[in-house]
Amino acid sequence: MELSKLTRRRIYEYLKTGKRFDGRGLLDFRKIDIETNVIKNADGSARVKFGDTDVLVGVKLDVVEPFPDAEDKGILITTAELLPLSSPRFEPGPPQIEAVELARIIDRGLRESGFIEFDKLSISKEKVWSIFVDIYPMNANGNLIDVSALAAVLALKTAKLPKYDEKKERVDFGEHTEKKLPLTNRLPLTVTFYKIGKNMIIDPVQEEEESSDARISIAVSKDKEALFHALQKGGENVFTEEETDLVIENALKKHAILAAKVKEKLEKGLKSK
Amino acid sequence: MSYTKRVDGRKFDEFREVKAEVGLIKNADGSALFSFGDTVALAAVYGPKQLHPQHLQNPQKGVLRCIYDMLSFSVPERKKPGPSRRSLEISKVTEWALSSIVDLENFPNTVVDVFITILSANASTRVAGINAAAMALADAGVPMKEMVSSVSIGKIDKQLVVDVCKEEEDYEEGEGATDIPMAFLSRSGDLTLLQLDGEIRPEELKKAIKLGKESCKKIFELQKKALKEKKLEK
Repeated sequence: MELSKLTRRRIYEYLKTGKRFDGRGLLDFRKIDIETNVIKNADGSARVKFGDTDVLVGVKLDVVEPFPDAEDKGILITTAELLPLSSPRFEPGPPQIEAVELARIIDRGLRESGFIEFDKLSISKEKVWSIFVDIYPMNANGNLIDVSALAAVLALKTAKLPKYDEKKERVDFGEHTEKKLPLTNRLPLTVTFYKIGKNMIIDPVQEEEESSDARISIAVSKDKEALFHALQKGGENVFTEEETDLVIENALKKHAILAAKVKEKLEKGLKSK
Repeated sequence: MSYTKRVDGRKFDEFREVKAEVGLIKNADGSALFSFGDTVALAAVYGPKQLHPQHLQNPQKGVLRCIYDMLSFSVPERKKPGPSRRSLEISKVTEWALSSIVDLENFPNTVVDVFITILSANASTRVAGINAAAMALADAGVPMKEMVSSVSIGKIDKQLVVDVCKEEEDYEEGEGATDIPMAFLSRSGDLTLLQLDGEIRPEELKKAIKLGKESCKKIFELQKKALKEKKLEK
């Protein structure tokens, strides 16, 4: 499914005049839709759409032995499976680099932001909670990284711990408590900037993403001050210093938009209860 | 105590609430969602398209390929992502359940891919998947001779029931639980899927097949309704 040269050229020409095929500005998101608690058997879940890109993230919790080098800390495992159901570009089979990279970028944002209080996930010397964050696109039309990051944060935020039977040292799967995961206010949301020609855009549709030959993803969190946590430069092309400056400045502005969406959703969720 | 009342209060010949919708995945040529209560299956169809590698091509007609899998968090205890022996077998019987309905003679050397994903599981996932897949094929406009509808019949202790839920599947008293997934063609009523897990008397199996066939007629009406509703929207 190679993008035609003609489409690529038209995307370039449009961007030169500050326009995109769907009428958005260069640094505008598509319409964002959020649903939480969508999967009954998941401990937490969120389905997030940026336009036609639709991603489902589920959280599963289990009690396991800690890693020997971090005995008093919980465990986070993030995976992504690019379902062939969600795009003609994805083939069945073992995870390709695109899925592995996606999961690793999301994992780093969650881990490094201090969003998850890993030391509060310890139960005893031999037992800690393990968090699985599994990412599945339902329809992939560009910008999987930012959509997945937002869905992951919401799936974690809405997760409830299953019942843990201390005598049997086993989780009673399917039975839930009202307890939530120990999380801080540092919501790590990722904004990815795609370079096309000399222009920088966010939230590309698939055609735009394929016309781009370089990107930078930034996981940002803001509590009292804004901090960057996970960066990834991807693609073969380069960035000038002016371009990285632009990315850094706009990352904060764009993060604020996403953070407001998350807060709105979480507050609504509280009210409805 | 024998099984005289269903755990969720349903009649013995009643399936759980069905949700049937088409056209949910924009990238796909056809797509559909089908659910029996908390069992939710999503299916997408891509094709007909060129089949690679070449040695798999059939110069006489197009090939139908099905892949069934579950999301890791669709079940109470996390399932490791990726295919298992179980999902590979279900993929194959699903393919057999569907292959007689599609007419791919005008599409030699191509493939029609059907991807079924279980979003949420509470037993009877393969039959929900087949129902979704048949609708997705129709939504994609793949030439079809008829539809397929599918249901699981259970023998819980001595009682035959329609659309087995997880709690029934795990029933251990009396004669225990036997699960019989089956699928029928909409016009001829012929059978395209039959599996069984447990034990059953020959006479009971005959009854179970009759019961399944009756239920599938009702399921077919729901599939048809969802497909028609989408047409009207356009």
